[in-house]
Amino acid sequence: MKRQFLLYFFFLLVGMTFVARLFYVQVIDKQYKLSGSNQAQQEIKIFPTRGYIFDRNGELLVTNQPAYDLLVVSNNVRDFDTASFCDLLNITSEQFTKYWDRMTKKRGYSNYKPNILVPLISKEEFAKIQEYLHDYKGFSVQTRILREYPRKSSANVVGYIGEVSESFIKRNPEYHQGDLIGKAGIDKAYENDLRGQSGSKFVLVDNHNRIKGPFLNGDYDKPAKPGYDLTSTIDIDLQILGEQLMSGKRGSIVAIEPSSGEILALVSAPGFDPNLLVGNKRSVNYKKLEADSINLPLFDRGLLAQYPPGSPFKVVNALIALQEGVITPSTQMTCHHGFHFGGLTVACHCSGGPMALRKSISKSCNNYYCTTFKRIIESYPNAHEGMNAWSNHVQSFGLGNYLNNDLPTGTKGLVPNSDYYDRVLGYTGWKAVTTISLGIGQGELLVTPIQLANMTAAIANKGYFYTPHIIKEVNYKPIEDERFAEPKKTTIDEEHFIPVIEGMYDVFEDGTARGSRLESIPMCGKTGTAENPHGQDHSIFIAFAPKDDPKIALAIIVENGYWGSRWAAPMASLMIEAYLHDSISRPKVYTRMVEGNLHEDYREQAIAKYGTDSILNFDN
Amino acid sequence: MSRESKNIWANLDWISVFLYLALVFMGWLSIYAAVYNEDHQSIFDTTQRYGKQLIWIGTSIVLIIAILFMSGRIFEVIAFPTYIASVILLALVLVAGKEISGARSWFSFGGFSLQPSEFAKFATALAVARYLSLSSVDFKKLSTKLISISLFAIPAVLIALQPDMGSVLVYAAFVFVLYREGLPGYLIFGGVWLAVLFILSLLFDNLNITITISALTIILIFIFRKNKPFPLVAGLVGSASIGFVYTAGFIFNSILAPHQKSRFNILLGLEKDYSAAGYNTHQSLIAIGSGGFSGKGFLEGTQTKLDFVPEQDTDYIFCTVGEEWGFIGTTLVILLFIALFCRIIYKAERQKTAFSRIYGYAVASIIFIHFTINIGMAIGLLPVIGIPLPFFSYGGSSLWGFTILLFIFLKLDAYQWEIW
Repeated sequence: MKRQFLLYFFFLLVGMTFVARLFYVQVIDKQYKLSGSNQAQQEIKIFPTRGYIFDRNGELLVTNQPAYDLLVVSNNVRDFDTASFCDLLNITSEQFTKYWDRMTKKRGYSNYKPNILVPLISKEEFAKIQEYLHDYKGFSVQTRILREYPRKSSANVVGYIGEVSESFIKRNPEYHQGDLIGKAGIDKAYENDLRGQSGSKFVLVDNHNRIKGPFLNGDYDKPAKPGYDLTSTIDIDLQILGEQLMSGKRGSIVAIEPSSGEILALVSAPGFDPNLLVGNKRSVNYKKLEADSINLPLFDRGLLAQYPPGSPFKVVNALIALQEGVITPSTQMTCHHGFHFGGLTVACHCSGGPMALRKSISKSCNNYYCTTFKRIIESYPNAHEGMNAWSNHVQSFGLGNYLNNDLPTGTKGLVPNSDYYDRVLGYTGWKAVTTISLGIGQGELLVTPIQLANMTAAIANKGYFYTPHIIKEVNYKPIEDERFAEPKKTTIDEEHFIPVIEGMYDVFEDGTARGSRLESIPMCGKTGTAENPHGQDHSIFIAFAPKDDPKIALAIIVENGYWGSRWAAPMASLMIEAYLHDSISRPKVYTRMVEGNLHEDYREQAIAKYGTDSILNFDN
Repeated sequence: MSRESKNIWANLDWISVFLYLALVFMGWLSIYAAVYNEDHQSIFDTTQRYGKQLIWIGTSIVLIIAILFMSGRIFEVIAFPTYIASVILLALVLVAGKEISGARSWFSFGGFSLQPSEFAKFATALAVARYLSLSSVDFKKLSTKLISISLFAIPAVLIALQPDMGSVLVYAAFVFVLYREGLPGYLIFGGVWLAVLFILSLLFDNLNITITISALTIILIFIFRKNKPFPLVAGLVGSASIGFVYTAGFIFNSILAPHQKSRFNILLGLEKDYSAAGYNTHQSLIAIGSGGFSGKGFLEGTQTKLDFVPEQDTDYIFCTVGEEWGFIGTTLVILLFIALFCRIIYKAERQKTAFSRIYGYAVASIIFIHFTINIGMAIGLLPVIGIPLPFFSYGGSSLWGFTILLFIFLKLDAYQWEIW
């Protein structure tokens, strides 16, 4: 064998091996064509449309609007006029640099793939940009779906959405960077229903990342599944009326349908236009709202603010006393300008004289309820047992604990028991009279407006309530949530409610709220003037109507509103009339409520607290 | 026959020239495709690599003409001086060279860089050919064998110090040359056998290999027990092989650097790693594989264009061929190369002087080793070793080096007709 043949042999061996291997890699094996790193194929994410939110009458509360992310493939960017580009985007060159830095530092950033440079540009701004965008190589857009609030109302109820945080993604791998998620309100509470499922589209791209067409006829495409629409229990017209009535004031209005626990209105004042928290203006506006440390517009007073309930709580004490048998509806007491015990005096402004239960409610007699409370506690062998029995009764009205409802936020309030006083005052440090202010809804007692409204609903129902909730239908089917299906019973028998409700009826007929009486609707209510260590008393009112077939129960608190009949009671009558009759028969009262404000009182408060009123902003 | 003419153009082997030009042209197209972008479409744009490569191609043609018009005898004369000069350069680059990604392989003059190892290849080829063709040299003597081995071992060691393991491997080409000149065949087969054993020792348990080799040896001894001295030789080879398997494992684990080890392991499928060494091969295979049978078309490649393949205009230039021209293109390139190798060996065997013949063998072997390692790496058959594909890869030193290497042989081939 000639030695030269060895080399020929090697040439052919290597050549044939290569060709065979290439035939396998290029023709037989499909894995390299389907590989995720095959840049000829690209996955495009399709964002699902988020579910709409309607009010109880089918009015649209929350809808969607398109927004646009400005994307950039850094490697495709050519020299361009940064100044005019910034003009186009309506940002400064510093902001542009900031956006760019933020983009390149994000996890998963790649020079070769589209990255979000400026997120969530509004459709108005985008219209301007769109015209010139093709002049800038490497830039493109993707459509996003943002919220829009056509009624510009109830920000605390609807909440808002925002980009999901990196730490959240770590815990919830089904979310991806750039996904929007409910951050407050209904959008947060019903995230799973509203969200839907994102889909994806596989396309072929050429070497300039230009889309050439569907990949494998779209066989691998997955359409996005839109989120479910929700129907809220809110009556948006009632809600907006409440917001109007509260303008220039701080506080809350919560209205509930007693027969179902559906929340008809949940007003927190001052409020703001939820559209402020949409898109790329959210962070700026959010910071502004957050910085308002006097008005606290982001603080949902309806769910979170805790107030002493004041006189409306007297009706609960009346009910407990009836249940415990320490008074009867005909028990008479005589008020001598207050409750006097030893050196202790609780003043009273009722007209005085002897009165039975019914009148004690309509006139809001402090003496009657201090005495009643003392009797309740002292009907037990010792103050501890008495206090705990009382506390259990009170808690059966949904006070002193979380309501466990479908709202993403809430607080417990405070209903003290014997342990509480043992802790604060010592085991032997207290007795009935020490805690006598509980009898008139003052003292340590704290309730939130929604608890107060729920308590009113329980009275209207004569002994039970349905846990208040904000959503009644998901995907047009009634909710099937056990928490809201079963009535919660109070510890009070139905018969005891009858005289108490008569007393509440008299509040309008000839009692503390007679100025708010309506000819057409028999209403029951109770005024309150809650003492407030930080300033002027709060104006409080609870009410339900119509008396015999309650359709609406509500609680109103106007911070620093002096006394109950000054603000809260007229507002309650306007709300009830508007809800039941769709009209307002006393436009003057309406105007007085809407235009009246407490700016002077708030200014004094601000000066007392901060030494200046400059931080006050009455615009919202 | 015009071959007897004194005209260099008539005596030139146009088949080789055609193969050379075809490869250079396809190489340039691939570089153009690999670095193509819309803003620099002019092929003469010298800020772009394809523009620079055009300059290298132009100057290569000047070099070719210069070589062809030199005296045919000059190469024998300059063989040793050129060799000594390039050895000195290789030594100098270790001291004065510019360090690029951990290796001192380049001299840098202003904007241009020069890689002496590219020129050392043809210088060594000339020197080996010159030495073995000396009338006083007898290849049967051990000293001759040792001297000729040293001739290519010296530059190989110097390059190993840079370190540039890819270029060192190229000097294995001279084993083919020496084999042709009479080096015993068992050395080559022994080398192949050791390589196979080495790979087996990484893939399988040492004990299993020992048992298998022992069993094979015993069977062979039994069958050929009457053909003395075969049983003795088989026994020695068997024991030596087992010994090698154990040393190989030791060498692999203690001498090779971690990144070199992982390249082997990835290749053998013992390690999966898409981020480091394996990333290159993975991306390269996706680029080539995504080309399919007929390719995506010229300038339509997505993988190479979007810079997913590293070194796409040098070490991984074959990916662009695979992606844009598909299986048809890759096969064509392989056929062109094989045709060139065969043509050179065919021509070498017809040389009238030993010098030209030996030089021809060196040319074919050197280009062949480059071809094997570069494409073998790109298609995942060999570990990742950075080495250019002759005539294809971007780079002046490399193109000049291979052009000089080839055209000295074509000149020598044409010259033998002139001298008669």
